Order: sequence, then C-alpha cells, then structure tokens
Amino acid sequence: MADRVAALSGPQGPRPRRRFSRRNIIIYGTLAVVAFYYLLPLYVMIVTSLKGMPEIRLGNIFAPPVEITFEPWVKAWAQACTGLNCDGLSRGFWNSVQITVPSVIVSILIASVNGYALANWRFRGADVFFTILIFGAFIPYQVMLYPIVIMLREIGLYGSLWGLVIVHTIFGMPILTLLFRNYFTSLPEELFKAARIDGARFWGIYFRIMLPMSLPIFVVAMILQVTGIWNDFLFGVVYTKPDTYPMTVQLNNIVNTVQGVREYNVNMAATLLTGLVPLVIYFVSGKLFVRGIAAGAVKG
Amino acid sequence: MSDRRPNRFFRNMTAKIAAVPMILTALCVFVGGTVWTIVHSFTDSKLLPRLRWDGLDQYERLWNTNRWIVSIENLLIYGLCSLILSLIIGFVLAALLDQKIRFENTFRTILLYPFALSFIVTGLVWQWLLNPDLGIQSVIRGAGWIGFTFDPLNNSKIVIFGVLIAGLWQGTGLIMVLMLAGLRGIDQEIWKASRVDGIPMWKTYLFIVIPMMRPVFITTLVIIASGIVKLYDLIVAQTSGGPGISSEVPAKYVYDYMFQGQNLGQGFAASTMMLLAVLVVVIPWAYLEFGGKARG
Repeated sequence: MADRVAALSGPQGPRPRRRFSRRNIIIYGTLAVVAFYYLLPLYVMIVTSLKGMPEIRLGNIFAPPVEITFEPWVKAWAQACTGLNCDGLSRGFWNSVQITVPSVIVSILIASVNGYALANWRFRGADVFFTILIFGAFIPYQVMLYPIVIMLREIGLYGSLWGLVIVHTIFGMPILTLLFRNYFTSLPEELFKAARIDGARFWGIYFRIMLPMSLPIFVVAMILQVTGIWNDFLFGVVYTKPDTYPMTVQLNNIVNTVQGVREYNVNMAATLLTGLVPLVIYFVSGKLFVRGIAAGAVKG
Repeated sequence: MSDRRPNRFFRNMTAKIAAVPMILTALCVFVGGTVWTIVHSFTDSKLLPRLRWDGLDQYERLWNTNRWIVSIENLLIYGLCSLILSLIIGFVLAALLDQKIRFENTFRTILLYPFALSFIVTGLVWQWLLNPDLGIQSVIRGAGWIGFTFDPLNNSKIVIFGVLIAGLWQGTGLIMVLMLAGLRGIDQEIWKASRVDGIPMWKTYLFIVIPMMRPVFITTLVIIASGIVKLYDLIVAQTSGGPGISSEVPAKYVYDYMFQGQNLGQGFAASTMMLLAVLVVVIPWAYLEFGGKARG
C-alpha cells in the first residue's frame, strides 16, 4: 500500500532506461578514456612543475610529486634564461600584456565599425572589399609576411609594439568583421531606420544604439582575440625584437635552448604559466568561448 | 532641393571613411602583398628584395632542394592523416556527446580545453611526454615491458606522427564542437522516423545524418585544411624540424629562408607554392558554396 502511494506521487512518464545498460557503458567508457587522454598532458605539466629535478630523473612522469616544491615556478617566472637575459618569463608576460591589450582594443574597434558599415551603410563596392577580406583569411600568412615588413619599415614601426598591433589588427580583421557584420545584420532594421528618422548619423547610431545592443558579441570577439593574440608565435617572432618578444616566443627560447642542463620542471612551469591566461579565459567564459571559435564556421 | 542632392561619391561618406582601414587592408595587404610576393618570387632577391628577373629559377631550385621535398611530404602525410582522423574522431565524439548524456558540459570542456592553448605550449608538453628517457616510453619500460619502444621524436621515419599526436590533441575539440552544432541542427523527426522503421543507429548516422551534414563537413574540411597549411609553431616547439630535416614543413622553410637564410627569392617562391596549395582547396569550395547560390 505504502509503495503504491509513493508510486502515484512519484515522477510520471515512461520508465527511465536502465542506468547500466551496455550502451551506456560503452558511451561513458569511451568518453572517460578520451577525457583521460585529453587531461593527461595538463596533469603531467602540473606534477612535473612541482617536482625537484632529482625526483624527475629517477621517477616516472605520471607519479605525483613526493615533495612539492614551488621553486620551479619561481625560477621560471623570475630567473629562467634566454640568451644573456636571465630575468625569466616575467618579461615575456608583460610584453604579451602590452601587445595584447592595445591589439585587442584596436582590432575590435576597427572590425566592429567595418561590420557596422557593411551591415547598415552599404556603399558601392563594399561587398568587393568584404569578399577580398574573407578570401584574405585563407591566404597563408607566409605570403604576406615580407610585404608587411616593408610597409612597417616605411612607416617606421617595424620592430615596435605598435607595428605588431597593426599586424594583429590586419590579420584579425577578416574573422572579426564577419562576426560583427553577421551580428549587426541580425538586429532588427527598424531600430536603425527609426534612429535615422530621428536624425542620428553614422557615429550616433553606432555609439548610442548598436554598441549598447551588442555587448555579447563584443565579449565573444574579445575572447577570440585575447586567446588568439596571446597564443600567437609567428607574428611575434617576425615583427618584434628580442627585448619585446611576446611570452610564447620567449617560452620557446627558454625551453628549446641548447646550452646548459635541461630543467624539465622549470620548463613545464614556464609552459603552464604561458598557457594560464588562455586557460583561465576558457574556463571562465565557457559557452561564449565556444561561440567565438564556432563563429568562423557559421556561415553568414 | 534637387540641386543640393549630393553626388554619388559623397553619399555615405562617413561610412566610406570609417571603412578605410578595411579597404586598405583588403587592397594593400591582402591583394597588394600577395601580388608583390608572387612578382618577387620570379626575381633573384637575396638579402634585399629587388626586381631583377630570374624567370622560374627560384622554383627550379626549390623543387631541387631536398629539404623542400621533405617539407611537402611531411605536410601531405600530416595533412591527410590529420584531416581524416580529426573528422572521424571529431564526429564520433560529437555523436557520443549527442546521446543525451549526463555531464555533457564537463566532457565538452575537457575535450576543448587544449584548443585554448597555443601550439607552442602544445608542442612543448608533447615533447616532454614523448621524451624517450623520461616520458611515456620510460614509464612503460619501468612497468616491466623492457622492449617497449615509442620515441617518435627521435626517429626520423615517424617523427611527423609524433607531431600529429600533439596536433590532434590540440585540434579535435574544435572539430567536435562544430560537428556537435551540426548534429544539433538535424531535425529530431529524422531520428523518430528511422526508429520507427527499425534502422539501426549506426546506419542512420552513416546513410542519413552524415549526408545531411554535408555543409558542416565541407566547412570543417576547409577550416582544417587552411589550418594545416599554416602548421609552423607546433613544429618549431616540438621538434625544431628535427631530427635533421625530417620534420620540416613548408611554413618553416619560408620563415627560415626569408628571415634567417637571407635568401628572399626562395622564401617568396616557397610561399607562392603554399598559396597555390591553398587556392586548390579554397577555389572549388568557394565555387560550390557561393557560385552555386548565385546561379540560383
């Protein structure tokens, strides 16, 4: 009697599938194995960076540290050597910050205005430029590396921070413009028309109507750019000088240096430090990050 | 009023001024830069670019250079394997995640996080994991299997597969996300219908769902392909092209000749070949994708 009452007041609907069906075991089993494989490098990075060198030489790379030491982290941040400089990755970190912040701001501002002009103020020839831009996204960077060196040299920015900002703005433009154009096109056109009737002009509509309405897409673009620019290696190595090398370049120089004893724990700490910024962004932003990377794939 | 009607050029003037950066980028960098490089690939530029005609000499030299041939072979092997494997792995993972499972978000987060990391970080981690003296090989040997050999990074014959492992680890998450979005776009009625007809699940996937996802597959293919040509950072970090020249790739060839070897002409010729390779993929795709639509 008692369980009949319980059954009546319990959840309705079809009986749920058995939890341990063969199908479920296969699905969860496969996913667990795959997840393990994907997490393994992160785990190894973390444990290696917390071990001392003697322990690394004797033990196995998967074993958790017997004696946790944060010395490799300190060393990677403040003492690791690249060439003659021995002030650690901190220099690269601050360089990367100095490169990333203006690059992200400038590239997003320009691309959003582009997207806005393409979506709402179509002028003759706009589509031609847009098509070239999208095609440009597929041209291998190597084709344009040297012409840009010349252009930057002509305007006196080769090797400087702002030169690199321009380069990031240029190469971020196709995807970001596409992103913004698609977003602004999806906004109701009546808003735009109403604002025009009320006498608002190009910039007025942009700053007072479009910008406040499109904060999510700006966040998506920001995530996309911060990770992209932070992770860049090629442009950093081509367009900056050793003093202003971004973190990725410096990291590679520290780890792949040929002289001296290899300190794997310091290397892994340095690698983790470099990966930390995009990882934090990724774990914090979650779904927005996915939206950002899928943006390139979703066709207008 | 009519005499004050602005002329055509001045209509939308602000928009045009605002679009100047885009126009400059499109014309000067993308078109201008590409043309400039192609033109200079026919010259004998060494330390500095100069316009002294050299015909196809650079290309002849390029294709007679062993390192370039190795680079192309590596790119083909890497490209083909990574294309096929990432499509298969990406699709299978997406299909698994699409089974209305629990912890979908957790699994997705785990599978995608490597994509947030740079190729440099990826390359360095896998260099460490594949380290023959201290990495996976030594762990398995230590566990009792003395004869176990797995040192792709020191074996010039299979080094490119060592890079492939790292590349797949970094990139499959993205493919999985794209495929998952494609699967979610499939009408649920299809599944009901195939269930009513008693078609097994794998058959539904293979003969109904995958053909329906053709656009997703093509877009993904183009994304993977254009990423493969750019393969550079991963090689630099993981193997530096070694052992010897056995893991060289075209992008590295270009960089080394342009900025280290002071042989600009070779760099231009090599990068033009890379462009050609991309066009072979992109033009048919663009034709199918946009050309078809224009004709209705």
